[in-house]
Amino acid sequence: MYKLSNVTKDYQKGRSTVHALAGVDLALGDGEWLAIQGPTGQGKSTLLQVLGGLDRPTSGVVALDGRDLATMRESQVTKVRATSIGFIFQTFNLIPTLNAQENVEVALVPMGIAASERRERSAAALESVGLGERMRHLPSELSGGQQQRVAIARALIKQPTVLLADEPTGNLDEGTRDDIMKLLEKLWQDRGLTLVLVTHDSQVARRAQRLGIMSQGKLSIQPGARPPSPDAPAAR
Amino acid sequence: MFFTYLRRELRRRRRQASFIAVGIAVGIGLVITVTAASSGVKDAQGKVLHALYGVGTDVTVTKSPSAGSGRPAGFGFRGRSGASGGTKIDADSLVSLSLGTLSGSSVTSISRLHGVSTAAGGLTLTDMKISGKIPSFSSTGGGTPGGGGSGGGGSGGGGGTSFRGSIKSSSFTVSGVDLSTGSVGPLSSGKIKSGSTFSTADAHSDMAVVDANYATQKKLTVGSTMTIAKKTFKVIGIVTVPQGSSPPDVYIPLAQAQSLASMTGKVNTIYVAAASASDISAVSKEIFGLLPKATVTTSSDLANEVTGSLSSASSLANNLGKWLAVAVLVAAFLLASLLTMSAVSRRVREFGTLKALGWRSGRIVRQVMGESVTVGIIGGIAGVGLGFAGAAVVSKVAPSLTATVGQTQSATAGGSGAAAGGFGPPGGGGPARAAASTTHTVAVHLTAPVTLGAVLLAVVLALAGGLIAGSFGGWRAARLRPAAALSRVE
Repeated sequence: MYKLSNVTKDYQKGRSTVHALAGVDLALGDGEWLAIQGPTGQGKSTLLQVLGGLDRPTSGVVALDGRDLATMRESQVTKVRATSIGFIFQTFNLIPTLNAQENVEVALVPMGIAASERRERSAAALESVGLGERMRHLPSELSGGQQQRVAIARALIKQPTVLLADEPTGNLDEGTRDDIMKLLEKLWQDRGLTLVLVTHDSQVARRAQRLGIMSQGKLSIQPGARPPSPDAPAAR
Repeated sequence: MFFTYLRRELRRRRRQASFIAVGIAVGIGLVITVTAASSGVKDAQGKVLHALYGVGTDVTVTKSPSAGSGRPAGFGFRGRSGASGGTKIDADSLVSLSLGTLSGSSVTSISRLHGVSTAAGGLTLTDMKISGKIPSFSSTGGGTPGGGGSGGGGSGGGGGTSFRGSIKSSSFTVSGVDLSTGSVGPLSSGKIKSGSTFSTADAHSDMAVVDANYATQKKLTVGSTMTIAKKTFKVIGIVTVPQGSSPPDVYIPLAQAQSLASMTGKVNTIYVAAASASDISAVSKEIFGLLPKATVTTSSDLANEVTGSLSSASSLANNLGKWLAVAVLVAAFLLASLLTMSAVSRRVREFGTLKALGWRSGRIVRQVMGESVTVGIIGGIAGVGLGFAGAAVVSKVAPSLTATVGQTQSATAGGSGAAAGGFGPPGGGGPARAAASTTHTVAVHLTAPVTLGAVLLAVVLALAGGLIAGSFGGWRAARLRPAAALSRVE
């Protein structure tokens, strides 16, 4: 699935250069669940953005299924995002003017799917996350947990192979956090997703198969509480 | 999804969208109102010019009378120094007062010029009537009766008061009309109120068409008779001419006018219609080449001579109005652009999310442009309404405007009444009476018609406003890097 080699990402901040990623190496197999932890400002979110093709590394290779996202044309990266990668954000990032169903539909627009099919699939996706009754509600009319469920439905409706989640439970209370994590776990298992989840929450991180710790732009991988998949590559 | 998203977004930002739409509407409303007012001013100018010029006439050719060319009026007592007191006089003569003569062949020559559609000759004459008894020249200092000639017209009197009141004079203007060409000439702008106009068969008949005002004044109706240069004419029609004109009092066939004024084969005005508006300038130059001593006047020359409040209104519409509309429109577009960019800035996380979901920059730009163009169209529709309302207000409240035009023809020679001194008719040819020496002031009501062109212009401007604002916003949205957009804390 993913193979990262010596990935660096530098930012210019005033006159100084920030090394957000300082040579990250990673190999992640299909259907693996990697949780990334670490203090704030150590490059967790930057790594997630590089994995999702939202940002390009300064150097190194970010291979997804053998194709290097770092050197791919922007239009191709956009296509990869549209078809293969699902995102979940800490702040849910729903479009405030669209209702739950329309927010989910938005993810199918770049794929050129007809409106009627988009409506059917989005309704089914919302049913699968337990929001069948709330399809017409605007984000402002939903609780945090419900909004994150909509965001999960939106991320998974296009049936991606990778799900990248940036602090998906960071804005939720403990009960809701557990509900969301149960849902994510179920979807991961049912769909065979490769899941990369950035979190500060050790309760969340311990559910993963592997645990990555980001420190000063470097990633070190440890085995997680969950046993690894049989075809998982060796940790580097 | 495009329209759903667009509609919801505009609904969410309805206050800001309304503000932008109102700005565009005011700008476009002003453009339409000013365009309509400007069009109304042009129409008013057209009315003035047509009235003075004749519908269909693009160029007129006249000639200033040369010094000393004035023909004595020939009242039969000119130079009779021995005329004794008590002698009865009854003079009636048709004379060309203000214009020099042109050969009738010039009409044919002009009609053959390239770019000329029609040319017609005409005679603008004055019928002078003097009647009464010559009083005894008993007082001292009696002047020599004016005999016309070199600018001496009307100056022969001054002989004291002994004959004041005993001599009656009156005059009216007569136009000789070329009946072979109906589309140009002094009658072309007239509308027959009663009776009929001339037919080509009337070329040598004793028939006259009378201006409605003169007919009312002289109580003439169709079938009445009148005397012109001692010849009786039958009134066959009463004609009205457009507002603002200074028409001749009576129209008679050209051949009759030439005969009565002893100007056989002569004309003093040639009316020319060009084949197309673009030919007018070339035709004017050609005529000047053909008749170098003639005065060639085009409708645009005449338009430039229009002064008075109509001219001020024209200047107001073309200068202040135009620039005011442009300034408001530019301000509205600028405001729309700034507000759109500001709205995009507030939506960076939203656009970043869409990019993360695989939306291409182009699709996001189209969405932003669509929102702006929709606001522009709403503003445009409201602006068209405002424009119609503004034009209606202009039409309703605009005062009557006056136009003063340097007049080259239809010189009026005063009304009737006792001669104020001397009974010599005005001289017929001094340079002091050059053709363009008189002016004419007319009143015109200003209307502001909204044309289809103005409405189309408004639609184009509204779209342009939306596109300009949208392209600024879209440019900003397209430049967003998804990672930067997502990391932006709002």
